[in-house]
Amino acid sequence: MTPILKLALLVPLAPLAGAIAAGLFGRTLGRTGAHVVTIFGVLVATLVSALIFWTVIFDHQVISGTVYTWAQAGGGLHLELGFLIDSLTATMMLVVSFVSLMVHIYTIGYMADDPGYQRFFSYIALFTFSMLMLVMSNNFLQLFFGWEAVGLVSYLLIGFWFKRPSAIYASLKAFIVNRVGDIGFVLGIGLIYAYCGSLDYGAVFAKASTLASSVLPATDWSVLTVICVCLFIGAMGKSAQFPLHVWLPDSMEGPTPISALIHAATMVTAGIFMVARTSPLFELSETALSFVMVIGAITALFMGLLGIVQNDIKRVIAYSTLSQLGYMTVALGASAYSVAIFHLVTHAFFKALLFLAAGSVIIALHHEQDIRRMGGLWRYMPITWITSVIGALALIGMPGFAGFYSKDSIIEAVSHSQLPGSGFAQFAVTAGVFVTALYTFRMIFLVFHGKERFGAHDEHGQGAQVHEPEHTHADSAPHESPAVVWVPLVLLAIPSVIAGAMAVQSMVAGDYFAGAIFVDRSAHEAMAELSREFSGALDMALDGFTRLPFLLAAAGIAVAWLLYVQRPDLPEVVRARVPWLYRLLDHKYYLDQINEIVFAGGARWIGGGFWKQGDMALIDGVLVNGSARMVGRLAQLIRRVQSGFIYHYAFIMLVGVAVMLFVFLTWPYLPALIADRR
Amino acid sequence: MVSLSWYLFVGAVLFAISVIGIFLNRKNLIVLLMAIELMLLAVNTNFIAFSHFLGDLHGQVFVFFILTVAAAESAIGLAILVALFRNMNTINVDELDALKG
Amino acid sequence: MDPVAALFAVFSASTLVSALRVITARNPVHAVLYLVLCFFSAACLWLLLQAEFLAIALVLVYVGAVMVLFLFVVMMLDIHIDRLRAGFWRHLPLAALVGVAIALQLWLVLANGHWQFLTPPATDIAKVGNTKALGELTFSEYVLPLQIAGAILLVAIIAAIALTLRRRSDSLHQRPSEQVRVRARDRLTIVHMPPAVRADAAHKTPAKEV
Repeated sequence: MTPILKLALLVPLAPLAGAIAAGLFGRTLGRTGAHVVTIFGVLVATLVSALIFWTVIFDHQVISGTVYTWAQAGGGLHLELGFLIDSLTATMMLVVSFVSLMVHIYTIGYMADDPGYQRFFSYIALFTFSMLMLVMSNNFLQLFFGWEAVGLVSYLLIGFWFKRPSAIYASLKAFIVNRVGDIGFVLGIGLIYAYCGSLDYGAVFAKASTLASSVLPATDWSVLTVICVCLFIGAMGKSAQFPLHVWLPDSMEGPTPISALIHAATMVTAGIFMVARTSPLFELSETALSFVMVIGAITALFMGLLGIVQNDIKRVIAYSTLSQLGYMTVALGASAYSVAIFHLVTHAFFKALLFLAAGSVIIALHHEQDIRRMGGLWRYMPITWITSVIGALALIGMPGFAGFYSKDSIIEAVSHSQLPGSGFAQFAVTAGVFVTALYTFRMIFLVFHGKERFGAHDEHGQGAQVHEPEHTHADSAPHESPAVVWVPLVLLAIPSVIAGAMAVQSMVAGDYFAGAIFVDRSAHEAMAELSREFSGALDMALDGFTRLPFLLAAAGIAVAWLLYVQRPDLPEVVRARVPWLYRLLDHKYYLDQINEIVFAGGARWIGGGFWKQGDMALIDGVLVNGSARMVGRLAQLIRRVQSGFIYHYAFIMLVGVAVMLFVFLTWPYLPALIADRR
Repeated sequence: MVSLSWYLFVGAVLFAISVIGIFLNRKNLIVLLMAIELMLLAVNTNFIAFSHFLGDLHGQVFVFFILTVAAAESAIGLAILVALFRNMNTINVDELDALKG
Repeated sequence: MDPVAALFAVFSASTLVSALRVITARNPVHAVLYLVLCFFSAACLWLLLQAEFLAIALVLVYVGAVMVLFLFVVMMLDIHIDRLRAGFWRHLPLAALVGVAIALQLWLVLANGHWQFLTPPATDIAKVGNTKALGELTFSEYVLPLQIAGAILLVAIIAAIALTLRRRSDSLHQRPSEQVRVRARDRLTIVHMPPAVRADAAHKTPAKEV
């Protein structure tokens, strides 16, 4: 193993060591010891990731190699642990470890009162390890390992407050819906292995064109399309695309730090990363790309609409995450993989910022999460307020902020796509800008501006059950959160402003991802157009003020200001006018009910059928008991032969004798006897 | 001239009579045993007849042994009958179905 | 008809008729007596076939011992005659059918065609005498079967006694095997008891050691 590989190995292993230490020896280490050891691990990971990032990006190196061969079977099966660190991976590594570090520090303040303190740190360090293994892998098996591991840790963390039934339901829901996506993912990996004989990225990508021209037996579907669609189904589960998005809003049952880490910045982006990583495969299948784009567009628009009617601060941000993931997926579908990753990076920063800010508000108001019971907080929590506004502006794509560059690039890219469904996608992402601005600033206005509605302290919000009993209500006026809470906010606000401008040149117009992401420039010209039209970050920002997305965003802010600051009575009026629309949105398009009745109920019905009819009636009744009964009846019949009477037995013996005499003695001689008699 | 076939005829009819006897009487176990003796007698007659007409004495030796065994068998059969009667107080064959399946 | 044939007719008729009466007799004692007659007739038939020893043996052994045994048993058992007869003729058709079938087949085969010895051969056996000839054959060629026949008879005796022997409950007898197996502690138990001392025994001089 080369020295650089050993160094790279340190990146996932350091958090893992921290996780094991805090997990197994949490009680011995104590709270301080636990957070010190995990933060140290993640800090090491961050620093080494930064070093590797420098090496890969600025020295144009690619680190790849096997770290450990797990199994090698004769028939060509080769399972290994290996790294492939190119520009894509290095970017992801840095994002993951940096955001994780911010969340770790934030957690010191946020979970200060929680009895499961060490366990939490162990889990988030473990998560960091899993996500890093996922992005650093060089073969599908390790990717799948990381995939499943992040799913597992997500389950553990969503259900962290396991004494709450709603948390348990939410964690199970997340895991199971993920599993549904994983079915597709595993099928895709299986098909890859079956047709390529290897799970290594390099070997598989080399065979991409062969796969494109083969068809599955007994069908006329291209193998590559099926593989890509199957892999994307896995991404739909992990990255919460419609219809497998239902778990993400419920995952807000977990503590806010993990909402920031897992469900905004890192785990949900695993699907996006995976599609970008397998771009050599996706590029050759227009059907798959079209499918990706349409699903992403649906998610982007319709999830955004749901964000408008949410009253829990975390849910608003959760639906915002869903919508932004939809944007990233649309970009993938338009073959603008690098734009999708770009948006992933910027989104990680400002979404984590928004979540952590929401967490800051929540603990300031003693675990109140309903935005109808907030308001006017800008005076009391200025740092949180300003960083939230920065995050919001980045989210809606205000020119100059990070989100603007990535989001506008996506809208541009989709407009250049000619795939089926691109028209709808374009409409969706454009309309989504208005919707995003509306719900984002609705939240900002309701939380930080307007009338103060947090007076009632006898009623606590959702997080109250895990409140430490000795917490007093003497400090009724909210105040800014401690430094461990607002320092990460500031640290995340900085890239939310500048990261876009810094990176747009190389990521969008340049060859930042060359070699990592493959784009068929002749067939899908979105990236080519973008790079051709690009004229510099400042130009793009100034130009942005004149374009449609900015106007829509401004309109959104204006409407939100009208409805929630100026005339707060208006939303009620609107609701009364279109109650059906409100009900549809409130019930999240009835998808949860559909899942419950159709899928869960259907599965239970099938299971019940198999149990009652298949197992009890058929197997037990007919086969097992039935055959026993048959034997019994047969025996009943036969026992009549044994009457117990001697003369019956003797008679039958004699009849037998008579028959045998006839057969052996009489029959052969009969002709002779008759002849003789004549 | 009495030919072999006449003696064989007698043997056959005797045998048939005993078969009928076994099947016919349902009421008396002793008659059953007697019918068995008749059967043995028929067989013996056959042996003697053949021995005479073939000029071979071995048939008669065989009858000698059959006689011995028949005697032993009837002794034991009657002992069983007596033991049975002591227990069931009946020799009615119709009532002896305790070994029914 | 020559005398042999006439005698044959008489004796065979007697055999068959008495055989029929055996199985159809109402009274079991009558049935036994008819069986005796049957055996006598059969013995006469055997005499016609020049098997003198066996004919006499049939009478002596069979009639004399076995039939007497039958009579003993019939008379010993307290049998109700009337109840025995119900439903007797019901099964005749089927039984007759089977019996006739067997007889017919036996006769058809055994009595027909290509048997050269349908007539009796020259009687050179008479020179030696049936008994002596039989004896010579038995004790030379068939001596081992003879021993086995003896063993069979022994077994029969023992079996018959074992099946029917009833022990008298009031008869006294010793069982030496059990007497030998007795152990001392089955008969005798030694119990240690402290001696009962009288109140003024302390003043008495202790007994002298012997």
